[in-house]
Amino acid sequence: MFAKQLTVFIENRTGRLSEVLNVLKENNINILSLSLADTTEYGLLRLMVDNAPLGKEKLSENGFSSLLSNVSIIKIPHKAGSLQELLKVIDDNGVNIEYMYGLSIESTDAYVVLKASNADKVDAILTENNIETISCDTLSKM
Amino acid sequence: MIWNETKECMSRDEMHNLQSKRLIKLVDYVYHNVEFYRKKMQAVGLLPCDIKAIEDITKLPFTTKDDLRDNYPFGLFAVPNSEIVRIHASSGTTGKATVVGYTRRDIEIWSECVARCFTMAGVSKDDIIQVAYGYGLFTGGLGAHNGAEKIGATVVPMSTGNSKKLTTMMVDFGATAIACTPSYLLHISEVLAEEGLLDKIKLKNAICGAEPWTDQMRLEIEKRLNIRAFDIYGLSEIMGPGVACDCKFHKGLHVCEDHFYPEVLDTKTLIPVADGVLGELAFTTLTKEGIPLIRYRTKDLTSIDHSACECGRTSARISKFKGRSDDMLIIRGVNVFPSQIEAALCELDEVTPHYMMIVDRVNNLDTLEIQVELNPNYYTDEVRVLESLTKKIAHTIQQALGINAKIKIVEPQTLVRSQGKAVHVIDNRKLI
Repeated sequence: MFAKQLTVFIENRTGRLSEVLNVLKENNINILSLSLADTTEYGLLRLMVDNAPLGKEKLSENGFSSLLSNVSIIKIPHKAGSLQELLKVIDDNGVNIEYMYGLSIESTDAYVVLKASNADKVDAILTENNIETISCDTLSKM
Repeated sequence: MIWNETKECMSRDEMHNLQSKRLIKLVDYVYHNVEFYRKKMQAVGLLPCDIKAIEDITKLPFTTKDDLRDNYPFGLFAVPNSEIVRIHASSGTTGKATVVGYTRRDIEIWSECVARCFTMAGVSKDDIIQVAYGYGLFTGGLGAHNGAEKIGATVVPMSTGNSKKLTTMMVDFGATAIACTPSYLLHISEVLAEEGLLDKIKLKNAICGAEPWTDQMRLEIEKRLNIRAFDIYGLSEIMGPGVACDCKFHKGLHVCEDHFYPEVLDTKTLIPVADGVLGELAFTTLTKEGIPLIRYRTKDLTSIDHSACECGRTSARISKFKGRSDDMLIIRGVNVFPSQIEAALCELDEVTPHYMMIVDRVNNLDTLEIQVELNPNYYTDEVRVLESLTKKIAHTIQQALGINAKIKIVEPQTLVRSQGKAVHVIDNRKLI
């Protein structure tokens, strides 16, 4: 299962990140998790939100370039070594990971957002290995 | 020292007669050897015999960079390729280069002119001169080289790009002169200072050109290096460096007037203006065989002074340039037209045609930043993709213009949209 991630391109200027967050706030869009990839010139703000298509629409109206892309939200046990075990499964199948970021919201489980060079293959690998993936909806109800 | 006193110090009357004689010969020559000029003259009902003296030059049509482009590559050449011994090229307003060809005699005259200029700048056969202009299609390197050799100086063909080697050799060889762009020389002065070599050099004179610079910048160079610096002017269409140069009195650049007839034109009416009045500079190549040009509009803004100079030379002097009548920029000695950037960007699907060029001077070297907006179809969530895209754009610009630019991707709708004449350039250098 894939989840829709919202990515926003932001120039490195004071207050620009806050302006993005303000658009989300005004449209009552809740952020579930985020990661910011920064370079000296710009940043890519990757967001898991409760309504990604609405977020894209509203950001675009406000002059931001944003993109929806397929990522996997993978459930892993909230204990030492579980992330390494997940990656081993993916690595063994020869898939390269583009980026990932995590969140832990329950005492027993944690979640990691992952984007691989071949998203479909990763999805198949996860299903084969009975590793659970969840949707944004599910995430937003936790 | 004056290299050619007969020519450089002749009376104004003698010069007038020489220019008249040469113009008559030139017009006859182009009429019979260059279809472009024959047609242009026929269009206005002009025959070679209508040109009787240099004053009649105003009857002749102008030539522009577009004419060179439209006749790319060899359309304006007056001789077959068997007579051409060298080709040079500079960037045109769009993708195509401006190509020029030289006969053996053209090269000899070019060397003569550069020899006059270098002598004016204090260079003699006793000097060791480093030529740090680019060698290649650009006229700077080979032009300066031939002139310095003609004088009999010891020429070190450094070309550009390796400051460390240049400073090391400057010290080890005891170089006494250097020819390069003024901004590069300022950079060299910093490298020398950093390496603690400033008191180990034997440099006396610098001949700087290929980009506009101010008197303040000259004084700064002279102070830092304890030398004298001179301004040399030229353009490949007319010949290359050596069209004009300033003497130690620095009151304008002496034009090699017996070979290149200068006119300063009112920018609106294109009628020649009086001495001291600012206008667009045009040149007629009085003796050129390969690609003779009549009233070639340089787009450089200057004024002219025909009075005699304290140095003894009688040749007309043009003032330091006050800008351009078109949008051409000179960045690190390379001619850059915003339209070239636009054409290069239009080849790339990933970006919109909107752009902004930001030119600056950091540590005395020109920098160019080009801001672009992404095409929405190419938005990405991966930094890697954006990084490879900026590399691709930089490569495209490098291929098209021969200049390295820093590419900055900006947010959508942040660049000025073209409404008639949009501003595409912010030039933070204070050159004029």
